Amino acid sequence: MAELQPPPPTEPTLRLEGIRKSYGTGTAHETEVLHGIDLRLARGEFAALIGPSGSGKSTLLNLIGLLDRPSSGKIFLSGQAAQDLADKALTQLRARAIGFVFQFHNLLPAFTAVENVMLPLLAARGRPDAAMRQRAEELIDRVGLKPWGHHLANDLSGGQQQRVAIARALVMQPALVLADEPTGNLDTQSANGVFDLLREVSSGGTTFLIVTHDPRLAARCDRVIELVDGRIESDQATVATQPSDDLAPGPARPGQPLSRDRPARSPR
Amino acid sequence: MNPLLPFEWVLATRFLREGLLQTLFIIAGVALGVSVIVFMSALLTGLQASIFSTLLDFQAQIVIKSPTEAPRSLRQAPGAEFATRVQPRAQRPRSLDQWQKVRDTTLAIPGVLVVAPVIEGAAFIVRGDANFGVGVLGIQTENFLRLIALKDKITAGHAELGSTDVLIGRDLAADLDLTIGDKLTLKAASGPSVVLFVTGIFDFGNQGQNKGSVYVALRTAQSLLGLPGAVTSLWVKVAAPFDAEATAQQMAAQPGIQVESWIETNAEFFKALSGQTLSFFMIRLFVGLTAALGIASVLVVSVVQKSKEIGILRATGTSRRQILGVFLLQGAMLGLLGSVLGSLMGWGFLVAWRGFAVNDEGVPFFTLEAGPVLYLVVALGATLVGVLSALFPAQRAARLDPAVAIRG
Repeated sequence: MAELQPPPPTEPTLRLEGIRKSYGTGTAHETEVLHGIDLRLARGEFAALIGPSGSGKSTLLNLIGLLDRPSSGKIFLSGQAAQDLADKALTQLRARAIGFVFQFHNLLPAFTAVENVMLPLLAARGRPDAAMRQRAEELIDRVGLKPWGHHLANDLSGGQQQRVAIARALVMQPALVLADEPTGNLDTQSANGVFDLLREVSSGGTTFLIVTHDPRLAARCDRVIELVDGRIESDQATVATQPSDDLAPGPARPGQPLSRDRPARSPR
Repeated sequence: MNPLLPFEWVLATRFLREGLLQTLFIIAGVALGVSVIVFMSALLTGLQASIFSTLLDFQAQIVIKSPTEAPRSLRQAPGAEFATRVQPRAQRPRSLDQWQKVRDTTLAIPGVLVVAPVIEGAAFIVRGDANFGVGVLGIQTENFLRLIALKDKITAGHAELGSTDVLIGRDLAADLDLTIGDKLTLKAASGPSVVLFVTGIFDFGNQGQNKGSVYVALRTAQSLLGLPGAVTSLWVKVAAPFDAEATAQQMAAQPGIQVESWIETNAEFFKALSGQTLSFFMIRLFVGLTAALGIASVLVVSVVQKSKEIGILRATGTSRRQILGVFLLQGAMLGLLGSVLGSLMGWGFLVAWRGFAVNDEGVPFFTLEAGPVLYLVVALGATLVGVLSALFPAQRAARLDPAVAIRG
C-alpha cells in the first residue's frame, strides 16, 4: 500500500516540475500539448485554472488527477512522487489523495445519492458497513441534499447531481479536489449554489483546483492560473473576492462555520 | 446495499438490474440452452439404459463355454501331405469340462455376482401332427433368475420350474394354442422325449425369443439331450456390465474354456452407441457455445454502455482487478441464473415427455431420469461458461482508460 506520508510543513499539496505531455509519440503526428509546466498549490488553496479550449487544461487536470501519465516531468502529491508508480499503487494514491468533480456523467445512475458517495469508501474497504453509510449521509446532509439522499442519481437535477459529486469527492478526505467545469452545464442559479458549496467545503484545509472558462467564477477564487497553448501565461492572486449574485449567500471564508441549515434546492 | 455483499457483488447485481431487459433476455436464452442440454442428457441416458436392458434381458453379460473345435489336419510326418481332415463333431451340444470347478473359480473373481449353469440344445415340440423346432434352455431357477429378469417377463403362471415343468414364450403359446397347465411333448433330435406341463408364459418383447425358446429345469434338459450331469455354458453376471470385457479376459485365463462378453458379442451395437454419444455431445457443445456467445455479446455491449461509469469508478479509486471482478461476476450470475431456470424447464420437458411418450397401454417406451448430479453438473458448467464468456468483456472494461472513458 502506498501509505501517504505526512508531508513536511513546507511541502505543498501539489508540486509539478517540468511537466510535458505529447500525444502520438513516435508517429509523424506527434504533438506536444504541455510544454513544461511548473506549479505549486499550497494546502487549503482555492485556485482556478482558466484558458481557451485547446490550451491543455483538461490534459493538465488528467495528469494532476493521476488519470494519465506525463511524457516527462515530476508530480508530487503531498510530497509523494507519483509519476513512476505502478497502476495499482497509482489507483490507491488517487483514491486517497484526490477527489474528482466532473462536468458530466458524475454519478452512477443505478445508485442512490448516498450510495454514490459511499462508492469510493466501498472500493477501498471492499464491503459496505454502517460507518460508511453514516459518513456518506453526513456529507449528503452537508451539501444540503438530506431529503434526496435515497433518490436514485438519475432522479436528481443537474445541480443536485453536482452536489452529490462534491460530497463524493470529499468522502475520502483527500488533500486535493479537482473540479473540471463543475458548473459548466448548470443554469446561473444552480451554478452559483454549487460554487458557493465548493467554497464552503474548502474551509477544512483541502486544496481545490477548479477548471472553468467562466471569468466571473474564476474571479471568486483565491488564485487564477491561466494556461495558453500549453504554457502558464499568468498566475496571480485575485485582489478581493467578488460578492456573489444576490440569489446565493455570500462565499464562506476559511474558518467560517458551515451553514448546515441551508435550505435544499428543489428538484428541477 | 446489503452489508454482506462485497463491493464487486453490489456493482454486478446493480448493473444487471439496471439493464433488466437485456439481463432477462440473455437469462432466457441461457435457460433455453440449458433445458435442451438437460433434456438431451436425460434422453441419451434413458435411451441407452433402455437399449441395454433390452439387450441384457435375455442375454448373459458373460458366457463361458467350451472352446470351439476347428477342423484339424492329421499328418503322417512333418512336411508331408495330410492324411485326412478331422471334422469337429457337429449336431451335438458340447459339454463344459469340469464346470463345477470353473464355476467356483469364476465366482472367486472380484466383481462377479452370479454364475448360472445352463444347458442349451435343440428339440421339437410335438403337438398332434405339428412339429415346432425350439431351443431348449435347461436352467436352475435359484441362480438363473438372479441373472436374467425372467420373473418380470412372466405374463401368466410363474417362473418356478419342477422336473416336469416348462416355460414358453407368448408367441409360441399363441401358435400352439397352449395355456397354463396344458401338456406338451418335447422331443430331442436324437430320439428321447419328455412330457411337460406349461407353468409359465413369458414375453421378452422379442418375437425370436418368444417363439424360439423354452425353459426347462436343468436336470430335465440334461436327460432330454442325453448329457446327464453336464452343462454347455456358464452364464455370468458382474457388478459392472460395462467392464464385462475386462472381467471376461480375467476369466479366460482358466484352461479349456472360451469366454465371450456381451460387449464383444454386440461390437457393432457398441460402435453405433459411441456414434450416438458423440453426436449428442456435439449438439450439447454447440448449444453451450451459443449460450456463451450470447452472454459475451451482452456483456460487451454493457461495457460500451457503461464505459463512462467505469471511468468514474476508476477515477474514484476502483482498481482494475475490481472492475474485472464485477464483469466476471455478471457472467457467472447470468450462467447460474440461466441454468437454474433452464433446469426447471428441462425438468418440465421431462415430465411432459413422460406423459406423451407412452405405448397403447400407457407404459413409457423408456424411462427418462435426470438425477441431482446432472442438474449440479449443468449448473456448475453454466456458471463456468458464464465466467469464461465474460473474460473478454471484463478485460476490456478493466483496460478502459479512465480519462478517455469519462471524456467519452
